[in-house]
Amino acid sequence: MKKNIFQSMKKTSRKNLVTYLICFSFFAAVQIMDITDNLTRHFSSLLVPICINVILAVSLNLVIGFLGELSLGHAGFMSVGAYAGCLFAIRFKEILPAAVRFPLAMLVGGLCAALFGLLVGIPVLRLKGDYLAIVTLAFGEILRSVIINLNFTGGASGLKGTPQDATFTAGFAAVILTLFVILNLADSKHGRAIMSLRENAIAASSVGINANGYKLLVFSLSAFFAGVAGVLYGSSVSILSASTFDYNKSIEILVMVVLGGMGSVRGSVIAAALITVLPESMRALADYRMLIYALALIVMMILGTSEKFMLLRHTLSPRRLRSRAVKYFRYKKEGQNNG
Amino acid sequence: MKKFLSVFMTGVMACGMLTACSGNSDSQADGKVLYIGGSGPLTGDYATYGTSVKQGAELAMEEINAAGGVNGYTVYVRVEDDQADPQQAVSAYASLMDDGMNVSLGGTTSGACIAVSEEAYKDGLLMLTPSGSQKECTQYDNGFRVCFQDPDQGKYAAKFIKDNNVGSKVAILYEKSNDYSVGIYENFAATAEEVGLEVVTTQAFTDQSNQDFSVQLQAVKNSGADLLFMPFYAQQAAYVLTQADSMGLDVVFFGVDGMDGILEKIGRENQHLTEGVILLTPFAASSTKENVASFVNRYKAKYNAVPDQFAADAYDAVYAIVEAFKTAGVETDDETFNEKMIAAMTQITVEGVTGTMQWTADGEPNKEATAVVIKDGAYVTYEDYTA
Amino acid sequence: MNFLSNLISGLSLGSIYALIALGYTMVYGIAKMLNFAHGDIIMVGAFTCVVFITNMGVHPAVGVLASVVVCVTVGVLVERIAYKPLRSAPPLSVLITAIGVSYFLQSLAQLIFGTNQRSFPKFISLSPIAIGQLTIKGESLVTMAVTVVIMIALTLFISKTRMGKAMRAVSEDKQAAELMGISVNRTITITFAIGSALASVAGSFYGLTYGFVGPYSGSMPGIKAFVAAVFGGIGSIPGAMLGGILLGVIENMAKAYISTELSDAIVFGVLIAVLLIKPTGLLGKKTNEKV
Repeated sequence: MKKNIFQSMKKTSRKNLVTYLICFSFFAAVQIMDITDNLTRHFSSLLVPICINVILAVSLNLVIGFLGELSLGHAGFMSVGAYAGCLFAIRFKEILPAAVRFPLAMLVGGLCAALFGLLVGIPVLRLKGDYLAIVTLAFGEILRSVIINLNFTGGASGLKGTPQDATFTAGFAAVILTLFVILNLADSKHGRAIMSLRENAIAASSVGINANGYKLLVFSLSAFFAGVAGVLYGSSVSILSASTFDYNKSIEILVMVVLGGMGSVRGSVIAAALITVLPESMRALADYRMLIYALALIVMMILGTSEKFMLLRHTLSPRRLRSRAVKYFRYKKEGQNNG
Repeated sequence: MKKFLSVFMTGVMACGMLTACSGNSDSQADGKVLYIGGSGPLTGDYATYGTSVKQGAELAMEEINAAGGVNGYTVYVRVEDDQADPQQAVSAYASLMDDGMNVSLGGTTSGACIAVSEEAYKDGLLMLTPSGSQKECTQYDNGFRVCFQDPDQGKYAAKFIKDNNVGSKVAILYEKSNDYSVGIYENFAATAEEVGLEVVTTQAFTDQSNQDFSVQLQAVKNSGADLLFMPFYAQQAAYVLTQADSMGLDVVFFGVDGMDGILEKIGRENQHLTEGVILLTPFAASSTKENVASFVNRYKAKYNAVPDQFAADAYDAVYAIVEAFKTAGVETDDETFNEKMIAAMTQITVEGVTGTMQWTADGEPNKEATAVVIKDGAYVTYEDYTA
Repeated sequence: MNFLSNLISGLSLGSIYALIALGYTMVYGIAKMLNFAHGDIIMVGAFTCVVFITNMGVHPAVGVLASVVVCVTVGVLVERIAYKPLRSAPPLSVLITAIGVSYFLQSLAQLIFGTNQRSFPKFISLSPIAIGQLTIKGESLVTMAVTVVIMIALTLFISKTRMGKAMRAVSEDKQAAELMGISVNRTITITFAIGSALASVAGSFYGLTYGFVGPYSGSMPGIKAFVAAVFGGIGSIPGAMLGGILLGVIENMAKAYISTELSDAIVFGVLIAVLLIKPTGLLGKKTNEKV
């Protein structure tokens, strides 16, 4: 059988291609809907938040899925990026045109967040598991306290006057850039080194992998993208307040990563979009909205990871049913022949 | 498993998108409808404020419709959940716009309201927020509010304390993580210095530890203050009053309009703790004024609760919008609808439950705050109390 | 004098954290999961007290007993329905499920009781004890005493009884325990029952100390208690006690002498510093890495 290009690609590149395809077709679908006037205000108000959450989830997945460390402070990095980028954008509001200002603001926000990522990354070298989780959580809460107490961040009344530069196209470009960097990293030599640390840190170190270096790299890279998402957030809502970035926000991002499957970038993308749209689409349920959202979370986790349900699904999967049917008929046929 | 999950999730997502696209169509009742939409935290830590706004606004809607509507229109009010989050408030606003909203109630909390005001400005929609008290909520020409602006209350409170000699050594306790509280505190402190009111100690708390006030109250006790200024909401005030009592702190408690509802929050068995508490409020649920009493009774009958400041503001907001609609005398599908509604806002006078209001072009109501004192579980005016 | 009264209010705050942290740490030690819904079980317990004592007017002791029963039922049901199917799933999936349960309990409470906080019946009213200028709140003393008693009882239970031994075995090695004839599922269920009972006691004392309970009352104390449990070394019962009390004292001292605005930042800062020096918390077991 002659192989087409798609089949002859490496398995990982094929997987990545599908991920990009999903993103681009979503983008195209939205554009078509926009042109044909089928896009509701409500749905278009969710487009930038979807981009923000996708970037957040994919970047957190780098720490949780690839490195195998639990971080509960992602919202903290996001806030650093948001404040740095927005302050930059406000400062250069009159000087630079939006097309230059916005990417620069994202870069500034990302770099500041990466610096903080490095700062938090240092304790990571010593801590593991739940202890690391609590340190990241503590870090996020410290940042929030500090932001509230600073003057140039606007304190509790929030930072106002950020130019509203975030558009769906800009957000989408940021998503593609994030995916490009992270997918390429995952497929590279470095990506394999990072994953080997997750599987067995001691074995990995024994073959000469620089565990500390890679951990710091992952933490700062992940923080960088969280910072970019923060700038996108700050440029899409007209007020930036520290209370947005509490541990609940970090947990929300964590939910996206776990729901999408740890280590699966595509899963994170879909789950992030889902978690953004799901509560919004349940507005008609009014009072029961959060109750049903909570139930949906539990049910999705049980259906997705419970052993019993996986077994049930396995027995009921179409492929298995077909093969069983085939076997059954073959058996019958053989029976007839013999008889 | 991953495959299953992604298929499952794409399915759910598709359903989600469909519902998000289709919108809610239950509002399109027969006949002409004036659609008023707003948002507030109906779930989460601040749920009590949004719920009050929703209930107050819906009560006004029912009354107006029962009385035959306005200009041949029935009024429809819908308050969405935004969890006090600006991003969600914008989504809620967009969802309401899809639904055919004519006038916006903005957001309940200031942050959410500022985010919505930006959107409403782009659409040129009239926005009348019941409770967005930060200055920027009404920064655009289309923005109006029913409540006081934060700075005004701080100034008024400081002057009131000085003029009436309520206290000479003032202690302040405020919520550092809350814009409303910080806004009032800053202006209070500035005015206190201006008028020569002595502030002996300033204590703060944040939303990360807003239940235990023992240290702050101990400091107040040590400072020898005779008045404690508390510019924050009733829930925390209830904690402060009970803890101050168990510590034997003997000062005059002075609150602002956010403290309204303290009698409900603190519960009947703790009512004695509120004796002598002073607060600034344009609305008093125990008032004998006819319109207030009827509002309170209907609210009680419907929701089994006493309305607070938020409910009263929202109730007045709906009536004000209807009044503006009457004055403007314009159809909702008219091209000049928004313009005429905004112009009408500065012409109307509304006899609301929070006072008689007229609006300036800046969007501020010109009502006065009055100081009330709690006596035997009811509000009495400061003049009556001291007399 | 000032210092002493701040210290005592810190101890009282810390005892409540400790009570909550005890439940956290027990469940973690045995089931190896962070039960994020633990804080909300406290809220359930406090609300049950309000319903029974204020609304139905039963004797406070009956009310507290009822709240223990309700909490244990809720805790065991949650474990059976939401956590048991995930026994072999990755720990993070269980964590997310726990978060889902937490949201569920919060929104359910909001639907039933509304958004307003309810005032909690003051069924133990002790007059403050005055020693010189120093006044100690009666509730604080009771809370501290109860916490100490519970800690001792729990330690004895774990080290002396058959069930306690089974728990330790399960915590050490689930498979080996199973081979020894210990029912792992039963042990975990009992752990949840005890944890929830502790949460209901914590709920009663929380309500007594602060006087109010609302649908979201459990979340902040829950997080603080989680911090306390990790601070003391998660999985260790004396550690939870120590961590909780230290957390309360540090929080109050930071408020009194450094800054009321930044007190939480300071608490978390101290936590990070301690973990950097002792990576498994104050009394946590050091696990050797297997090569």
